Amino acid sequence: MSVGLIFLVVLVLAAAGYFVGRARALSLSAQSGRKLHSLPSYYGQTVALFIAVPAFFVLIAWLFIQPIVIDSRVNGMVPDSVIPDGGARSLVISDVRRIANGLDAVLSRDAIDESALTDGSIDFSSIRGRLADVGVALVGDVPTEVFEAAKAYRQGAKFGNMMMTVAVLLVAIAFGAWSYTWIRPDMRARNISETFIKALLIASSTVAILTTAGIVGSLVFETINFFKMYPASDFFFSTVWNPQFRGGSDLGIWPLLWGTLYISLIALLVAVPIGLMIAIYLAEYASKAVRSVAKPMIEVLAGIPTIVYGLFALITVGPFLRDYFAQPMGLGSSSSSVLTAGLVMGIMIIPFVSSLSDDIINAVPQSLRDGSYGLGATQSETIKKVILPAALPGVVGAILLAASRAIGETMIVVLGAGAAAKLDLNPFEAMTTVTVKIVSQLTGDTEFASPETLVAFALGLTLFVITLGLNVVALYIVRKYREQYE
Amino acid sequence: MNMSGMTTAITPTPKVAAMNETKVSARDVQVYYGDKHAIRDVNIEIRSRTVTAFIGPSGCGKSTFLRCINRMNDTIASCRVEGNISIDSENIYDPKVDPVQLRAKVGMVFQKPNPFPKSIFENVAYGPRIHGLAAKKSDLDDIVASALQKAGLWNEVKDRLDSPGTGLSGGQQQRLCIARAVAVSPEVILMDEPCSALDPIATAKVEELIHELRENFTIVIVTHSMQQAARVSQRTAMFHLGNLVEENDTDKMFTNPDDQRTQDYIMGRFG
Repeated sequence: MSVGLIFLVVLVLAAAGYFVGRARALSLSAQSGRKLHSLPSYYGQTVALFIAVPAFFVLIAWLFIQPIVIDSRVNGMVPDSVIPDGGARSLVISDVRRIANGLDAVLSRDAIDESALTDGSIDFSSIRGRLADVGVALVGDVPTEVFEAAKAYRQGAKFGNMMMTVAVLLVAIAFGAWSYTWIRPDMRARNISETFIKALLIASSTVAILTTAGIVGSLVFETINFFKMYPASDFFFSTVWNPQFRGGSDLGIWPLLWGTLYISLIALLVAVPIGLMIAIYLAEYASKAVRSVAKPMIEVLAGIPTIVYGLFALITVGPFLRDYFAQPMGLGSSSSSVLTAGLVMGIMIIPFVSSLSDDIINAVPQSLRDGSYGLGATQSETIKKVILPAALPGVVGAILLAASRAIGETMIVVLGAGAAAKLDLNPFEAMTTVTVKIVSQLTGDTEFASPETLVAFALGLTLFVITLGLNVVALYIVRKYREQYE
Repeated sequence: MNMSGMTTAITPTPKVAAMNETKVSARDVQVYYGDKHAIRDVNIEIRSRTVTAFIGPSGCGKSTFLRCINRMNDTIASCRVEGNISIDSENIYDPKVDPVQLRAKVGMVFQKPNPFPKSIFENVAYGPRIHGLAAKKSDLDDIVASALQKAGLWNEVKDRLDSPGTGLSGGQQQRLCIARAVAVSPEVILMDEPCSALDPIATAKVEELIHELRENFTIVIVTHSMQQAARVSQRTAMFHLGNLVEENDTDKMFTNPDDQRTQDYIMGRFG
C-alpha cells in the first residue's frame, strides 16, 4: 500500500473509532445508570486519537528509518571493485537506487513476470538498454554485482513497504481496541483529549525549534569545513573579494558586508521616515474611510514580487539616477548603483514599517490621548510626546523586521546594484551584497569541496550572526527604554 | 488667576468672597452623537470655587455634558454640540476660541487613572512644558513640587520623582493625574468619576483632596455615588435621559428635592 493510502485508511479507522467509542460510552452509561464523566463525544475523540496518533507516529518513524536500513544493507553488496577509478561510492549507490526504481517500469512495460528476475529465464544482460527505454539513463553497463544489489534493494523496499502497512494498521487497531475496552462511564475522557492536544501542540513547536537548530547546525558544519581550507583571518579581514575557480582565490568578506550594510542603510533611510509618517497619518489623522482604502493599498507594495522591483530598478530608477544625477555630477556612469538598489528596496519595505507601526500606534490606549488633550496639548504634541514614546518598543521592532528584510534581499540587488564586489563610498557605484554572492557561488557546477563554494556557508553564517546580534541589541534597547502603559 | 503660590488657603482671598459668582454658564445646550440626541436643553450655572456634582443613572448624559465644558467632545468625530457654554461670560464654542487653549484653562481628570508612561516628574511637568509656563529648570521644579503638594502626593513621591508614574498604586496614580491637571493652573477642573476605579481608602484621600482644591478651583465632578456627591459637593445637578432634572444646593437636594425623579433616584427607586 502506498503511504497516501495508509494515511487515508488510518483516518477512516479513526473516524470509525470516534463513532464506536461514543456509542459505547453512551450504552455503558445507560446500562450502569451512571452519569458520564465527560460529554459522549470526548470518549469518541479519545478512541480516534488513540487510533490515529500512534499509527502516524509509527508511519513517520518508519519512513525515516527504512531507507537508512536498506541503504546500509545494499552498501555491503557493492564491492569496491565495481566502483570506477576516481568515482565516488555514493554515485554507484544512487545508480543502484535508480535501477531498482526503473525495474518496476521495465517489468510492466515488457509484461515480464516477477519471478523472471530470480529464476534467470530472461537475460538481463541488456538491462541498460531496457532501462533507457523507460527513461532511466545510465552512464555505463551495469555490473552483475550492481544489478544484484538493485534487485536486493527492490526486494527490501517492497518487503519494507508491506511490513510498514502491517505495522501501522496493527498499531492503529491495537491502540484503538485497547482504548475502546478501557471506556468506563467514570473515565476522564475530557482530560485525556486535553493531554493529547497539549502533546500535539508541543510536538509542533518542537518541529520549528529543531528545524532552526538543524539549519544552524548545517551552516556551522560547512563553515568549519571552509575554515579548514581557507584561513579565517583572510576571510574576516581581507578587503578583496576575487574568487577563482582554479584556486588561489581572495575571499574577504568586507566588500560584500559593506555593500549589504550600505544598501540596507539607504533602504532604511527611505523606509523609516516615510513609513513612520504614513503610520502616524493613518492611525491619528486619517478618517475611517481613508484608512480603509489607503492601508490595503500601501500593503500591496509588500505583495509585489521582489523580481518586479528589480525590473523597476533596472529599467527605470537606475537609468534615471545615472542620467540626471550621477553623470551631471561626474560621479559615475553606471546604471547599477547602491543608490538604485537602496531606493527601490526602501520602497519595498515601507509597508513593513508603516503597517506594523500603525497597528502599534493604534494599540496605545485612548485614555493616554484623552489625558494629553485634556491638558491642552495639540494633536502633534500628543503624538510626539505621549504616543510615539509609548509605541517606541513596537516601532523599533517594526524597523528591525524591515532591516532584516533589507539585509536578506537578493533580487533587487542583482538587478539594481550589480554584482561587482567593491569597497567604495560613492553611492552611484555598482556594488553587491552577501546574499548575491552566496547565490553566485552556489549556482552552476556544485561540489561542496572547494573553498569557493563552501565560502557561501561562511557568508550565510556571518549574515545570520549579524541579524541575530541586531535583534539582541534591539531587544536590549527596547527593554531599557520601554515605557509601560498598562 | 494664578494661585500656584497658595498652598494652604485658610486665609480668605478677595476672590473667595465672590464664591457665588457664576463661573460656567450653559444655555440651551444640545448634544448629538450622529442621530442620537444625547443632551437636551441643558441650562445651568456653575458657581466659582464650588464643587458641583453631576449625578444620575448611567447613560443620562452627565459625562457627555461634562466633556462639553472643555470641548473634549471635539475629539469624537460624530459628536455635535449646539447652544452656548460660556466661561467668565466668554462663549467657549465661539470660532475664535482655540479648544487647545481652552483645555489649559479647564483641566480634566478621568475615570481610570491614566498617567503617561513617563516618570512622576515628567507626568506633572508635561502640561507646564507644552504651555511654556516655566522659563528655567528651577521654575519647572517649583511648579511640579507645588502641584504635587496640592494633590497631597508630595510626601509620598518626593524621593522617587524619577520612577515611572505607572508604578504607583491606583489611588496615587489618580492623585498624580490631579497634580498633572493642577500644574497647568486651570480655573476649572472637571472630574469624570475620579474614584470609580479606587478602593475606599484611596477614595477618601481623593475626596479630601477635592475638598482642599475647592479653595482655589472651580470643580465639577461626575459621580455614581450619592454619598460621594453629598460628601464633597456644595451644589448638585441631577441628570436623567439627557435632561437636567434639577440643580440645587446639595443639602437641599438630599433632604428635600424639588423634583420627584430626584427623590426617586436618591432613594434608590431607579438607576
